[in-house]
Amino acid sequence: MRSSLATAGAATFRHGVHPEELKDATAKLPVERMPFVGEYVLPLSQHTGAPAVPIVVPGQRVARGQRVATAKGFISTALHAPVTGTVAAIEPRYHPSGTRQPAIVIRTDPFSSQRIETEPPPPPDSMTADDVVRAVQDAGLVGLGGAAFPTHVKLKVPEGKRARFAILNGCECEPYLTCDHRVMVERAHDVVEGLRIIMRRVGAERGYVGVEVNKPDAIAALEAVANGDGVEVVPLKVKYPQGAEKMLIEAIFKKEVPSGKLPLDVEMVVNNVGTAAALSDLFRTGQPLIERVVTVTGTGVRRPANVLVPIGTPLRDLLEFCGGLSADTRQVILGGPMMGQAQKSLDAPIVKGTSGVLAFTEPVPLVREEACIRCGRCLEACPMILNPSRLAAMVRKEDVDGLRGLNILDCFECASCSFSCPSHIPLVQLMRVGKAIVRQAAKK
Amino acid sequence: MSDASPRLDIATAPFLHRGLDTRRLMLEVLLSLAPVVVAAAWFFGVGALLIVAASSAGAVATEWVFHRGHRGHRGLGSLADGSALLTGVLLALTLPPSVPIWMAFAGGVVGVALGKTIWGGLGQNLFNPALVGRAFLQAAFPAALTTWTAPGQGFLDVASSTVAAPFAHGAVDVTTTATPLGMAKFEGKLTALAPMLFGNTGGSLGETSALILVLCGLYLLARRAFDWRLPASTLLTVAVVAEAMHWLDPQHNPGALFMLLSGGLMFGAVFMVTDPVTTPITPRGAWIYGLGVGVLVVLIRLYGGLPEGVMYAILLMNGATPLINRVTQPRRYGG
Repeated sequence: MRSSLATAGAATFRHGVHPEELKDATAKLPVERMPFVGEYVLPLSQHTGAPAVPIVVPGQRVARGQRVATAKGFISTALHAPVTGTVAAIEPRYHPSGTRQPAIVIRTDPFSSQRIETEPPPPPDSMTADDVVRAVQDAGLVGLGGAAFPTHVKLKVPEGKRARFAILNGCECEPYLTCDHRVMVERAHDVVEGLRIIMRRVGAERGYVGVEVNKPDAIAALEAVANGDGVEVVPLKVKYPQGAEKMLIEAIFKKEVPSGKLPLDVEMVVNNVGTAAALSDLFRTGQPLIERVVTVTGTGVRRPANVLVPIGTPLRDLLEFCGGLSADTRQVILGGPMMGQAQKSLDAPIVKGTSGVLAFTEPVPLVREEACIRCGRCLEACPMILNPSRLAAMVRKEDVDGLRGLNILDCFECASCSFSCPSHIPLVQLMRVGKAIVRQAAKK
Repeated sequence: MSDASPRLDIATAPFLHRGLDTRRLMLEVLLSLAPVVVAAAWFFGVGALLIVAASSAGAVATEWVFHRGHRGHRGLGSLADGSALLTGVLLALTLPPSVPIWMAFAGGVVGVALGKTIWGGLGQNLFNPALVGRAFLQAAFPAALTTWTAPGQGFLDVASSTVAAPFAHGAVDVTTTATPLGMAKFEGKLTALAPMLFGNTGGSLGETSALILVLCGLYLLARRAFDWRLPASTLLTVAVVAEAMHWLDPQHNPGALFMLLSGGLMFGAVFMVTDPVTTPITPRGAWIYGLGVGVLVVLIRLYGGLPEGVMYAILLMNGATPLINRVTQPRRYGG
């Protein structure tokens, strides 16, 4: 039994920051299903890797759950119709990244029952390893934590490597977000079932679910279903960015994933808890990734909620479902407030990696950058033990060798540096530029 | 809801900030200096306030002249960040109680001009500006900088030297005394711990009450206004080295407690060693820096020509800071 005692000494990583959690508005709200709307927009690129390739044409009728685009190469994945309807167009549409990108637009058939008629694949244990990987790729599964890395890639352990530990990420360290929290509380069984599928597929000896201690109900729900056979729920300290892959591994195993390496290089695979639940859906019912839980909250949202949203739902419709935006809304952000993306248009759709929609009535504060006083708070915030102050100065001088020498490519842009800088220096923004400069120089 | 999107602001993540800013940090330190200034006036009379005012005026006026074009809050230029005022107050508190106020003013001018602006302003300077001002005064006016008024001589009595005209040789009309360190060095007499703790001894304006300084330090620590490693490392080193020297030669070398409570050490440890700009940015560097300051303080006090060495110890380690930063860059994650 892990109780308050274990909680007091909960594991964590070094450094990091403590933003306000701000999760109260939605943490206790059960997930509600969003009704279907008239039109869905599926950008071909909504995962890490090559964009998907459409296999439908405008005018074609598609059924809910039917594959409409296929993976292009191994690091890529498929897309599926979130509704039964008709392909209206394949054309550039607003993308959460702020650009227009090719997307499949599906118009909903208002008279359809919207029943999914997919067949579940055979039980994963009866399939070959490659068939499991292909089934997951064909189902379009990606990491639901935000980076949207194709899940099947993590399930394929290359020759010569092994994965002794399978880890689920239930940290949800971004302020405001509660979608993973709700999935763990309401679907603990499916989450653990998904973990078991991953463990069997990669041959892991043990499975872990890392959960921050601010979600005691999630920890309790998971522990109630984990009961032994190699699955352990690990309570973790509340600290940002606890949910970063390398930080999660550091917290549980006191082990650092080397620079430029993947968890697999230290014999581990890490997946999000929502992804695990989606994996169990796939093998139980055959349902591909056509919907996800999204937290809609912030001062600009009239009715904050955790919503099960079909992938491709326009932001405008989702916000309307949540009571509409308050008239004085000034910011809309997809994702969390530390790493999310500000939106200019409400025409952008919810994509596979969208964990939250935040709307704020406060304008972006205009703060002036002051001189660096070398206080070192950014060094103490950076989970990758970088020196953001020094790196920022090097970016301004375009000192490529210096940047490389101080390992700028280890930065995963968690923004803890900008968050803690008393001089409001846009550190993480400069780090992004610095990473681009170094990558460009490497290409030459 | 209308079909049109509302006018939305665009920025890049993060959309949250810890809320602590440079100006608040400076104000925090200024606030914590208030009891020190009050104590200085209590022990050395209202003249102390004149000195603080003069030194601050010199520092602030200089900052204004050189940086008035700087964008700042409400037309204040770079004065808005509070750092110039802080330099002035800090400098004043390191000066002897009977120092002429025109010297304090000159110290403030030099501290900001040579200690900060010629380096490029806030954040760019290598040496602590307040100590640059003091080092200048010590070199230019050694006598005035080593004349120590005894505490507790009438609150409203201002030494005539304090208000003397520039370069006039005003007689010191107050009772002078030796500082505890001076007495230990030149007369072999140790001051009792109680006066050093409470502040009833000779010394610079802000340095005499170790107790008040420790409390200020604890306040700033609680407000997370500085890197605790810097004062911790400095004080620990002084204690260890002093105690070791005392063990080697108990006749001549005072023990750790005396070394910690006497002279400018506590003031330096709380307000000078903790200056972020002139000290290492890396955590390991902070330990090394404090170690260096601590060793130098004890060595200068025991073997130098002057009884006190905190100022030079800090300035020397300021100079070593870029080097310390260079050799203490964090290691590569996972490497």
